[in-house]
Amino acid sequence: MRSRARRIAAILLRLFYLLRGSTARIVPLFVWQVLEVVLWGLISHYLNAISAARFNFVTVLLGAIVLWEFLVRSLHGMVIGFMEDVWSRNFLNLFAAPLSVGEYLAGLVLFSSATSVIVLTVVVIFAKLVFGLAFFKYGLMLIPFLLLLFLFGIALGIFGAAIVLRWGPAAEWLIWPFPAMLSPLACVFYPLSALPHWLQWPARLVPPSYVFEGLRAIIQGRGVALEPMLVCAVLTVGTLLLACWGFIRTYRHTVRTGLLARYSAETVN
Amino acid sequence: MNPSQTKPKSASPVLAVAGLSKQYGETAAVNGVSFEVGCHEIVGLLGPNGAGKTTTINIVLGVLEPSSGGVRIDGCDLASERRRALERTNFSAVYAPLPGNLTVWQNLRVFSMLYDVARLRDRIAELLREFDLLPFRDTKCGVLSSGEQTRVSLAKAMLNRPRLLLLDEPTASLDPATARDIRARIRDFAAANEAGVLWTSHNMIEVSEVCGRVLFLSHGKILLEGDPKTLPGEYGKETLEDLFVTVAREPLTLEE
Repeated sequence: MRSRARRIAAILLRLFYLLRGSTARIVPLFVWQVLEVVLWGLISHYLNAISAARFNFVTVLLGAIVLWEFLVRSLHGMVIGFMEDVWSRNFLNLFAAPLSVGEYLAGLVLFSSATSVIVLTVVVIFAKLVFGLAFFKYGLMLIPFLLLLFLFGIALGIFGAAIVLRWGPAAEWLIWPFPAMLSPLACVFYPLSALPHWLQWPARLVPPSYVFEGLRAIIQGRGVALEPMLVCAVLTVGTLLLACWGFIRTYRHTVRTGLLARYSAETVN
Repeated sequence: MNPSQTKPKSASPVLAVAGLSKQYGETAAVNGVSFEVGCHEIVGLLGPNGAGKTTTINIVLGVLEPSSGGVRIDGCDLASERRRALERTNFSAVYAPLPGNLTVWQNLRVFSMLYDVARLRDRIAELLREFDLLPFRDTKCGVLSSGEQTRVSLAKAMLNRPRLLLLDEPTASLDPATARDIRARIRDFAAANEAGVLWTSHNMIEVSEVCGRVLFLSHGKILLEGDPKTLPGEYGKETLEDLFVTVAREPLTLEE
């Protein structure tokens, strides 16, 4: 048990060393998130000024974007941690050691959770100071909201890592657009009912859509219904298990076919 | 000499490879390879490019699944006891440098934890001294010369005092003086520890100096096996290099 924990800590430590020694890695952690907050903060203030809505756009739009960026950050945390080993051609060293795939993924998840929480804290403070976002107005439901979004981001990250492991470093460009591709169905800024009918069913399969529906329910003074949140939890855990299964299968494929042993930017497409 | 005539010195081998094959479609990269490496033994795995040396090493390292056959490391079956087998193994290869964006000390610390090395600070300090790496302790591996990187890679390979040490062309980037020094250290390592070494190299003088036994691979099969000092004479060749050239160009003339 102790040696297992040490191996997981080794993966975390390696990523911490990389982060600590590199401004080029630290700055992008925050800069895109802060820019998004600035953009949506200004839009929210403008909408407050010109509309006669009975709710505060800052809480609705800016709160939603802070939560969405938390999901994006947890996805990026996983993928960047994985890509560091791709870029430094480190798989042979790692997997010739007594490290299991589960321990490797656990190390990446810990790294992603640590960076995501730090970035969320900074972004929430920034949004409060600059735009007056009352983030904790969502109450205790923030905890399940954040947990579900984090787990879904991790699931997407593991799925993306499996794609790169299978199709090589060039496939990384398939992963970065994941959030943009999902955001229309995640209903970050509008209710699910605003989608065309034929898009509502696929949107119901995207767990974050339930979280953002719940967020809007709280702002409108309605309670969050238990049933949709349970559906969201089941979908999220299901996606996570599916992603882990996909990664492990892909890893075994690369061990069987020799892709892992030959893995590098030069030898894999 | 027939491969089956030469046996490792130890009764309980640190590495036992049995009937190992790796098939890529119609191509057999490794074809029914069996051999053992005993305690205190340094075995040279030789052969021309594409003979199957690196494929064999990758299988022993657990990063490539064989099509058939098995590997036991210090009595642990690699397929069913992967973690226990790999805890007893380590390797250094020119094609697997340590991440260049971490310092020497950071890399050694991370890999010490992966191999669950006890008292890792002491062990790392010992290896930094042993491989003359103290001046580079806080230097990023990526800016070291290739020879220095090789020494870091060898230090990493020694971290867990492995029972089985796999070295794929360990002296390829070293100057002659450093290469001689490294050879001496690895000989000392095999002599002083309950460990065996599997060594690949294209430098036949080095192989003669270091290895107690060599295996010649050709087209995925072990073609010859024996003492590198006497094997050339058994096949009417003056040197091991002459024998290597014959294995590479005219393997059929050596097959029984």
